[in-house]
Amino acid sequence: MQGEHDAVLLTMQGVGKRFGGVVALDGVDLSVRRGEVHALVGENGAGKSTLMKVLSGAHRPDAGTMRLDGAPYAPAGPQDARRAGVAMIYQELNLALDLTVEQNVMLGREESRFGVVRARAMRPRVVDALALLDPALRPDTRVADLGPGARQLIEIARALALDARLLVMDEPTSSLSAEEAEALFRAIERLRGRDVSIIYISHFLEEIQRIADRFTVLRDGRTAGGGAVAGTSNEEIVERMVGRRLEEVYPERPAAPATRGEVALEVRGLRGAPLPAEASLELRRGEIFGVAGIVGAGRTELLRTIFGLDAVRAGEVRVASLSLRHPTPRLSLSRGVGLLSEDRKEEGLALSLSIATNLTLSRLAPYVRRGVLSPGGMRAASVRWAGELAIRCDDPDQPVGTLSGGNQQKVAIARLLHHDVDVLLLDEPTRGIDVGSKVQVYRLLAGLAAAGKALLVVSSYLPELLGICDRIGVMYRGELRVARDTVDWTERDLLQVATTGEL
Amino acid sequence: MSDNELRRAVWTEVRDVVGPLIGLAAVIGLFALIGTEYYLGADNLRLIAKHTIIVGLGAIGMTFVIVSGGIDLSVGSVIALAAVVTALAFNAGAPPLLALFAGVGAGGACGLVNGLLITRLSITPFIATLGMLGVARGFAKYLGDNATVNSAESWLTELTTSNPEPSWLLVGPGIWLMFLLGGVMGFVLRRTPFGVHAYAVGSSEATAQLCGVPVARVKLLVYVICGLFAGLAGVMSFSDLNAGDPTTAKGEELNVIAAVVIGGASLSGGTGRVAASLIGAFLMTFLINGCEDLELRNYTQDMIIGAIIVAAVALDQIRHGRTRAA
Repeated sequence: MQGEHDAVLLTMQGVGKRFGGVVALDGVDLSVRRGEVHALVGENGAGKSTLMKVLSGAHRPDAGTMRLDGAPYAPAGPQDARRAGVAMIYQELNLALDLTVEQNVMLGREESRFGVVRARAMRPRVVDALALLDPALRPDTRVADLGPGARQLIEIARALALDARLLVMDEPTSSLSAEEAEALFRAIERLRGRDVSIIYISHFLEEIQRIADRFTVLRDGRTAGGGAVAGTSNEEIVERMVGRRLEEVYPERPAAPATRGEVALEVRGLRGAPLPAEASLELRRGEIFGVAGIVGAGRTELLRTIFGLDAVRAGEVRVASLSLRHPTPRLSLSRGVGLLSEDRKEEGLALSLSIATNLTLSRLAPYVRRGVLSPGGMRAASVRWAGELAIRCDDPDQPVGTLSGGNQQKVAIARLLHHDVDVLLLDEPTRGIDVGSKVQVYRLLAGLAAAGKALLVVSSYLPELLGICDRIGVMYRGELRVARDTVDWTERDLLQVATTGEL
Repeated sequence: MSDNELRRAVWTEVRDVVGPLIGLAAVIGLFALIGTEYYLGADNLRLIAKHTIIVGLGAIGMTFVIVSGGIDLSVGSVIALAAVVTALAFNAGAPPLLALFAGVGAGGACGLVNGLLITRLSITPFIATLGMLGVARGFAKYLGDNATVNSAESWLTELTTSNPEPSWLLVGPGIWLMFLLGGVMGFVLRRTPFGVHAYAVGSSEATAQLCGVPVARVKLLVYVICGLFAGLAGVMSFSDLNAGDPTTAKGEELNVIAAVVIGGASLSGGTGRVAASLIGAFLMTFLINGCEDLELRNYTQDMIIGAIIVAAVALDQIRHGRTRAA
């Protein structure tokens, strides 16, 4: 398969970029072939975003050269890059929800005569682009009626209508369901067939194994290896990302159930409106209980109903043998139960408020003297927790929204620790954070269990549940089923129960 | 506290008022330059202070509502209702202090109703307070029998005077009361758990809920506070006119909201400072007064004020780098 198909589309050589005294990129090499899916991996802060901003013309590099299609490439701005055929597909989608698919695809470059849009003239290009991505997409559908997966495809269609040759996708599946991700992968397959190159940024190594041809690892602003995906194991990729041998991604847990203490949380016949349909469980101190299941099985609702964010229709929640028939977040917190939300940006954190406020919000009492708050005390507590959890920040007064995903998640967890809860309900605790932060979170959770806390963990990532939990239960259509010790589970069995309800 | 921490603490306190202060200085500077000598004269400054009382008091309460992510459109009508109630109470023989509390209480009651509609019936703040805008205005007219309720003079009249006794007060006691309450409420907003809860509800209601913040109670309270301050503003209107005029302060809510927004608060909630809102209120009065000083026609004033509000918010957006590159 020599010749045109193997020809290099993009080369970046020795690309450097500094912001003031901070070196963001320190000589990065990257080459992308025509029609290949090239995975770009690295921890948060490794320089992936900066590199892509250089590529898309948002930043000018301080050093190095770029060539696109054999010609020198130095975009003056994003518009310039787009004209050259380089398009970014953003995570935060920029679509007009009330317009149709077609209007969105052609937005900003409508063909018109005498000021009237010529829909018929545009249609073939739109239909072409849509057919390539997903034949089920219709140009007349209102974007508001589509799911996040289809919306992403429309972003891509928009780039294709502009004759993009190189697409950059940054964590494209992070907000997609499994089926939507499948649809995206199929679209990527077809794009590859049309000689469109894709730079694919993802934390999910399984995805990379599945769809990428080659990969490049970034670490601390430098290229730290790369090659063909086939024949490279996930472990090898992770080792290059973190720069050290990963003895254990998952922490050592005491295997003997003897360490388990008294019952901290008891749920009996819990029913919500409408989910969960039926859930009973017993969670002991020192124990990590995992909840597996597919999206929509009612895992998040289980945690929310226990915590009191969703209404209880029937059943009972007992915390430290005190019954709570109608829990509310306030009551739960006062009984020592805390919830980590799966939706960090909308619910977990108030992004515009400071780290200190977010961290102490559920328990301001220690900083109140005669009704007056001491901001100094809140700051000091934040600095202490930031040290303990290795939260990277400049100042406890900075808005929490300015932190990276991993550090935001640590702030959200720190709030539970600051509140000193005994029962932690953790919904997708490692969603959207990099491998290094994940390892830190796993260690943290293991440490909490060892200190006698009880943890209920929901995760869509089965290796993670198998890696950190003592027991795992599976939710299937709203019911919590088959709970048993982790040693008795395999990934295959978990998947089977999650998808069929039976073992 | 080390020097560094002290400096940071001070900076945290002043950083949000710097922008509005510069804006205020610019407006004063401009009119001082192109206006008459009279503009910066002692008499005119007293007049400006007096004219700021009603917008300023309203802005103190409105800051709480806007910080928590809400809006109160009923302020102008509530001011009129409170003024009429004060006049009627006074005319019925109540001592001035009791009449004052009757007016403030009427405002608080309106705020309570707003808050209950919003928290118990989940009516959006815009609609609930739009309803109150009509009801309070109508009720004020009903109480006043569709006419102004005139009253005799009392020490209430002195609250808004331009020539206070003793003269070292420089401006009427009502203005000092506004500054005092502004200071107190600014402290409440920044340094009490309730204040932090108000910011949290405005920044992300879901997060506040998750953290066990009593969201409904916080919301109820901010509307009561807004009502109480509108009530006090109504008392000041009574003081100024020596009468309760049911048609007074029409559209005043928009000036109050403008003052808060000029002070840098975001209508999407989570930001805002009482001191900055008061600066915004003064900026509005200096502007209106300056236009009058130049003897500009009324419609010109309206257009200038409208443009200034938009410009102030646009400048603030640029300052915070929130505008997106086109």
